[in-house]
Parts: sequence; C-alpha cells; structure tokens
Amino acid sequence: MLNISEIQTIKHDVIVIGAGGAGLRAAIECSAQGLNTGIVCKSLLGKAHTVMAEGGLAAAMGNVNPHDNWKIHFRDTMRGGKFLNQWRMAELHAKEAPARVRELEEWGAVFDRTKDGLINQRNFGGHRYPRLVHVGDRTGLELIRTLQDHGIHQGIEVHMECTALDLLKDGDRVAGVVAYWRETGRFVIFQAKAVILATGGACKAWSINSNSWEYTGDGLAMAYRAGGELMDVEFVQFHPTGMVWPPSVRGTLVTEAVRGDGGILLNNKGKRFMFGYIPEKFAPETADTEEEANRWLKGDTSARRPPELLTRDVVARAIKKEVEEGRGSPHGGVFLDIANRLPADRIKKQLPSMYHQFKELAGLDITKEPMEVGPTAHYWMGGIRVDSDTQETRVPGLFACGECAAGLHGANRLGGNSLSDLVVFGRRAGLGAKAYISKLSNTPKTDAGQIQSIVKGATDILNRESGKNPYLIHEDLQNTMQKYVGILRIEEELQTGLVELERLKKDTASVKAHGTSQFNPGWSEAIDLRNLLICAEAVNRAALERQESRGGHSRLDYPGERDEGLTFNVIISKGNDGMNVRKEPRKDPPKELASMAYATLEALEGRHGS
Amino acid sequence: MAPKRKFRVWRGQGTEGRFEEYEVAVDPGMVVLDVLHRIQAERVNDLAVRWNCKAGKCGSCAMEINGKPKLSCMTRMDTFKGNEPITIQPMKTFDVIKDLVTDVRWNYEQNKRIPNLKPKPRDPDGHYRMAQKSIDRIQEFRKCIECFLCQDVCHVLRDQDKKDKFVGPRFMHRLANLEMHPLDTVDRIPAIRRDFGSGMCNITKCCSEVCPESIAITDNAIIPLKERVVSRYYDPVLWILRKIFGPKKTKSCGCSK
Ligand SMILES: Cc1cc2nc3c(=O)[nH]c(=O)nc-3n(C[C@H](O)[C@H](O)[C@H](O)COP(=O)(O)OP(=O)(O)OC[C@H]3O[C@@H](n4cnc5c(N)ncnc54)[C@H](O)[C@@H]3O)c2cc1C
Ligand code: SF4
Ligand code: SF4
Ligand code: FES
Repeated sequence: MLNISEIQTIKHDVIVIGAGGAGLRAAIECSAQGLNTGIVCKSLLGKAHTVMAEGGLAAAMGNVNPHDNWKIHFRDTMRGGKFLNQWRMAELHAKEAPARVRELEEWGAVFDRTKDGLINQRNFGGHRYPRLVHVGDRTGLELIRTLQDHGIHQGIEVHMECTALDLLKDGDRVAGVVAYWRETGRFVIFQAKAVILATGGACKAWSINSNSWEYTGDGLAMAYRAGGELMDVEFVQFHPTGMVWPPSVRGTLVTEAVRGDGGILLNNKGKRFMFGYIPEKFAPETADTEEEANRWLKGDTSARRPPELLTRDVVARAIKKEVEEGRGSPHGGVFLDIANRLPADRIKKQLPSMYHQFKELAGLDITKEPMEVGPTAHYWMGGIRVDSDTQETRVPGLFACGECAAGLHGANRLGGNSLSDLVVFGRRAGLGAKAYISKLSNTPKTDAGQIQSIVKGATDILNRESGKNPYLIHEDLQNTMQKYVGILRIEEELQTGLVELERLKKDTASVKAHGTSQFNPGWSEAIDLRNLLICAEAVNRAALERQESRGGHSRLDYPGERDEGLTFNVIISKGNDGMNVRKEPRKDPPKELASMAYATLEALEGRHGS
Repeated sequence: MAPKRKFRVWRGQGTEGRFEEYEVAVDPGMVVLDVLHRIQAERVNDLAVRWNCKAGKCGSCAMEINGKPKLSCMTRMDTFKGNEPITIQPMKTFDVIKDLVTDVRWNYEQNKRIPNLKPKPRDPDGHYRMAQKSIDRIQEFRKCIECFLCQDVCHVLRDQDKKDKFVGPRFMHRLANLEMHPLDTVDRIPAIRRDFGSGMCNITKCCSEVCPESIAITDNAIIPLKERVVSRYYDPVLWILRKIFGPKKTKSCGCSK
C-alpha cells in the first residue's frame, strides 16, 4: 500500500489549475489580493491554448467607431448566444473588458494602433462595430506572453508540466488537488483553501478539431466528480473555417479575421453562397447584395455587414450544406478567398500567420489562391456552472473561469469574446477566492483515503499486465463523436452514440500504458481519456435533452428555435448511478438588461437621445 | 499504400541513450511531428515529445532534424529528397529529460531576471498613444514563440556553455523589446552589459537564421542594444538628454514621441 507521507506536499492559499489566459489572470489577482498562490499546467508555461488565439479580444473601447459602447457589446453577445447566456455575466463582461485591455497595455502588451495612435480594433462576426483589439493574427500570443511576463514577477509559484488528477475535499468543501509531475511521474499533493479551475475545453473528443492534446476536459470532469454541475454542454462551437487539406492539418484553425478583413466564401460554382443563408432575425442588419457588402467593407456606415460575418453556427451549417449538396471544393470544404480581395502586402501584414501556415503546411500562397476550409470542433460554450459575480461553483471553495466555465456565451460564442472572457472572469475568480478564504474559519484538511484512491486510479494503468492501447481508444472516441454527436444531430444517432460511449468506457476501464511513469505521453493519454469520456457523454445527454435547434446545437428532428427552449438551461451532475440530466428553469432577466438586449441599435447608440 | 521511410530517433533518458530505427508510412502533407505521433500510437506509446498547437504557434516541438534546429510541426516530409534515413534528436544545448524532450527551465529563469515594463503615465484622456511605426520594431520581437531554437544554436550557450554569463538571443531581444518600448521608464542598460552579457555575443547571426518567426535578432535587437551600451558608457551626457527629452531629440529611433 502506498505511504501517503512519502508523497510530496505543497501548500498554498489558492491553487490555480491551468495557465492559459484565464488561469494566469486569476493567479495574478490572487497574488495581488495577498494570497499565497500556486499555478499548475500540463505543458510548459506559455504554451496553453490561449497562445493559439488569432483574431482578437473583444472590448467596446470605441476607438475605431465612437458609437460603440458596452451596451451594444452586451446586446451582440446576447443575440449571438441566442439569449441563453447568463444575463449578468454578459453584462459584466461587456462593462469590464475595456479596463482589462488597458491593464494589459500597462503590463506590456503592444496592440496594433489606429492612425491616431490608439489601440486599433477590427471587425468580427456578430460584432456590430470594429471591436476586436488585436495584434495581426497572433493576439493570443500577445495576451499569454503579457500575462506571463507580468505574472512571473508577482510572487506566484509556477508548477509547470504538472497534471492535476482529481480534487480533494473536506466534507463539502474543497481541500486541494492531487497531481503528477510529467518529468518523473511522481505524485504531488497541493493543499489549498480554494481551487480555481481554468483548464479550457474538450474538443479533443472530435476527430476534426482545432485543439491541442491538452484539451481533454480535465477541469470539467474533476468538477463533475467533485459534485459540481455542468451547464449548456450541448453547445459546442464548430468553427466554420478549419483547414481541410492536407489530412495531417485537417481541423487546424483559419481565423475569422480572414473574413473580418474582407475574405469571402465561395462554392465550386464560384458563387458567394452565404447570401442564401441569412436568417430572418439578422436580415435587417445584413447586406443582401455584393455591392452593399463591399461598401460596408470600405467603411460606408450606411451599408450593412456581409453575410460571411454572420455568427459561426450559421456559417458552419451553410458550409456543411454546400458540401453535402455537391457544391464543395475538391477536398470536401468550400473556398475562402482573400487573394482577390486584398493586395498581397496587406494580406501578409494583417494575416501573417495564416500566410505562413498555408505556405508551410499546405504549400499554398493565400495571396494568390483561395484556401479550402470546412467546419472544425473548436470551443465549448458550456462548462462548469458558476456564480456570475464570483465564479464560485456549487462546491464551496471551488471556482472556475475561462473556457471551462459556462454562462457568458449561451448557445453560441462570438469570436473575440473568449479572450475578453478570460481576463474579465479570471480576475473575478481571483476576487471570489479571496472573499471565500477571508470568511474561512479553519483550513480544510486533506484525506488519505481520497489521495490513495486517486493515485491508485493512475498507477493501475501502468501496472496492469495488458489492456487496450489508449491512442486507439481515443481515435475510436473521436470517430464516434464526429459521427453521432457532430454539427447536425438526430435522436437515433445520439442514442447510438450513447451505446458506443458505454463500450468505450469499458475499454477505458482496462486501458494499459506501456513503459515507466517518466515523461510518458501514453500514460497521460490514458489518464486524460477518462475525463474526455465524461465530457463526451455529457454533450451527448444534453443534446438529447434539448429538443430544438439553437446556436451551436442543431437537431435535424427538431429544426428551428422553440420558445420553450428559452426557458431552461440543461444541467448535468453526477448521480449515484450515472449522469443526472435536468432542465434548470431560467429566471427572468432584470428589466433594464432585457430591454437593452431587444433594443434597436439607434437607441443604444444614443443617436435618438433615448 | 503510402511509401515508407526510415527514421533514426534518439531514445533514452538523461545522458544515456541511442538512436532507434523505425520505418514509417508517410502520407501526403505529413510533417515530422506526424511521423513521431505515428510511431507513438503504433509502436512506442511512451515516446516522449512535446507539442501543442501543431501549427507553428506555440514553440513546443523544437528539435534537431538531420542536424538542423527546427519545429517538427512545420517541417514537411516532402522537403526531404532521396531516401536517406532521417535523423531526429533533441536540442543539444539543453539536458535531455527523455527522448526528444529537454530541460528548458533555465530559459524561464532568465526571463524572471528581466524587469518588466514600467509605463509612463497615461494621456489625460486615459489613453496611451503610440504610432504604429514606432512599435513595428518591437512587435517583431513579440512574435517570438519561445521555441528556444535560437538558444539551442547560439555557440556561446551551445559550445562554450556560458549559461551563467549570457542570457542568449531570445532574452536579448526581450530586453530590446523593453528598451525600445515607447512607454517604458526603466533603465536596463547597465544590467544588459553587466548581468545579461551583451558583450558575449559576437554577431555570428546563427540565431536569426534558425528563428521560425524570422526575427532578425542580431540586426534588430542585439546590435542596437550593443550600440546603446557603448554610447552610454562612452557618452553619459547623451544618455541623460535622451531620458529627459525622449529619444527623438537625439538620434532617431522611430518613436512617435
Ligand atoms: C486556434 C484557435 C484560435 C482561437 N482564436 C480566438 C480568438 O481570436 N479570439 C478569442 O476570443 N478566442 C479564440 N479562441 C478561443 C480561445 O483561445 C480559448 O477559448 C481560450 O484561450 C481558452 O483559455 P483558457 O485560459 O480558458 O484555457 P487555455 O488557454 O486552454 O489553458 C488551459 C490550461 O489548463 C491547463 N490544464 C488543463 N488540464 C489540466 C490538468 N489536468 N492539470 C493541470 N493543468 C491543466 C493547460 O495545461 C493550460 O495551461 C481560439 C482558439 C483556438 C484553438
Ligand atoms: S549572433 Fe550572438 S546571440 Fe546570435 S547566435 Fe551568434 S553569438 Fe549567439
Ligand atoms: S526568437 Fe525565434 S528562435 Fe528564438 S525562441 Fe523566439 S521564436 Fe524561437
Ligand atoms: S507544436 Fe506548436 S510550434 Fe510545433
């Protein structure tokens, strides 16, 4: 039997799990509040998903169009989320994002500038005005490096290449977390009064995705096992434009900034097909001729926006339809053309990493030829259910922020609203943890039995004589989700998916990793599979529960939004024997916010003085 | 069937190790990282390799391929002509942890030694104003994905092992970024000479050549820093004037203010 006293123990007031934008911002706040703070991450510092974000960070600063303000950002976010967002979160996010951007600038971020020397802002899908603060198409790198360079001087202890396995509890409240060092495979116990999860999403469950190996939903699964709730997980964002060729990069993201900067989508007949897919609700604000769309691009404020910039769910479904009806490109996507829209030097300046990515990986020059693109699993709108102001979960002392938390985006996320989410709610999670710890009368204790069973669960994978190959189970899972729980869903397939997931659970229970525990990716893969399976099952069950089509969730057997769909959020929690699924009734929004969300633009811009 | 190709991959822990040979089917469009993943999934589940983005954005997958420091996710298989075996090994400048994974912690320690930006006050309306052209050159440095390939090739670190005397090209351009930042108020010049070792670099430009982000590290960061060091110690008056009136009053450095 394992001797607990031999396991390394590290004590902090608060431990942050995840060092993307959300985790780093949370840790910085904790430290600023005087807490002894530790942060753990699976990879090296600075390599989290946030580094890959391209297009920008949404904040209504009004630098490019002075009509912009937080109310319009709030309205766009609610409309983009098909009104299923948590009202208060959407409000806080829109109000606080500009201050968080200014703070980043003080910490060293160098955003692209306007002619007047202010922070420049670009157009993006679903955002009424140019709103995305950016640096070319590498905004995530700027964000994470800024937080990293600032954070390392704030007395935060960074534990990198260290993977959290499961949370520890003292009664109801959280008491810490057990993790292992990737380098040695040794275990470590982090004792803490509060834990902040900032572990990102779980799109590694689909075969075509834009995510890295880290995105296995560890935080979601840890919170679930510890008694937390998952919310809105039926809403997975399939980004409309992933690379489709060559096979080895299938799914790799092509930023929406290509369309924001004028790129258009064409089918194999050369037709700009998005004009045929404008939803009624957006018709009044969308151009209906190419001529008008082009005028808008040139800055004509009387023109309406091009249909390529409709929300991502709409564009992804349109692409899927074009391909299915035989109007796709040679490798099963559609064409995205920027070559005929912008001069080569501007493409290279505004979209350098896209230029580079296609040149190096697909042997294609985007200043000369159109790209081939198709939908790719990209982002989790749903996640751990949290309090809108403090980010606390149902488990006392457990907080969540960033992509692993739910609420801000509702049924669909607008591009750029994630990076702003990270800094707004990362900070709030830090404040929440501080408030919680201040009220704590004694330090929670860790429990030897819990530690033992967590460690055993991980070492069993190495110690058993034989078992299935973790990589092959993962591939199997990805194909299952792609096939049965993809962009377009239907009861029958979802049911088949559930049966398949049961089979995969059995496989995973006897998974075997070869080799020792030292820097062993096969072992990590096997450990992460357990989390990914929980996430996959949660999506599947939530997708069955929501019998309508809304945002990122489309049911072929229940087309269109239904009024009833607006009255609840789907909540998943751990029951005594399996997953519990229930509908949580939504509360009425505060009157002021509701009228704002449904107001006309003119009213919010204050042009009519109302 | 996709054509097969031979690979010699370094396997081992710490100072112990050897090349193992693998024959792998190579599909169109594959990069070296795909080959390693294929070996991992089908043959050696525990082959240690770092990666994250698979698109040249995170800098995790640096290694030496046929002796050249490269990002394995951006090295396409069709760039190798003939059918000689392809040799894949870890970065030489850093100690091996296992297989292709090296201990790069030293780099993180260097960054921690560098004082961050301390900006001057905002304009009265709450904004900072900087002309795009005054930040173009620091944005070049900020493209860095911290792959540490430049650190790997720099002979001061690689052959002379002077990690205690020189922070290396990656952190020289981090220093240049801060020194050239139009809002910055910290003076790092004495430390650049004394603690960070600007004098150790003898401008061989190997670092610039391997940088996957094409950052002109030597020309645009290190040489200007060396010039600043020289002019400071040569002409302190010039320096004081620069700090009081801003760089524009002295030699043009492209700043807006
Ligand atoms: C290619 C791409 C482009 C994007 N572009 C944009 C954009 O332009 N604008 C925008 O707003 N959004 C964009 N997004 C979305 C956005 O980047 C992400 O949603 C966001 O960065 C998530 O940040 P995070 O801090 O929540 O998590 P991440 O940055 O993913 O960080 C997660 C952290 O948790 C750690 N972690 C996970 N599990 C564990 C564990 N078990 N133990 C220890 N640590 C763990 C990881 O190591 C990592 O450090 C993009 C996403 C992708 C993939
Ligand atoms: S130019 Fe200087 S920093 Fe770059 S490799 Fe040569 S010696 Fe090293
Ligand atoms: S400067 Fe270039 S080579 Fe050096 S770490 Fe940065 S990206 Fe890599
Ligand atoms: S995996 Fe990110 S740069 Fe290669």
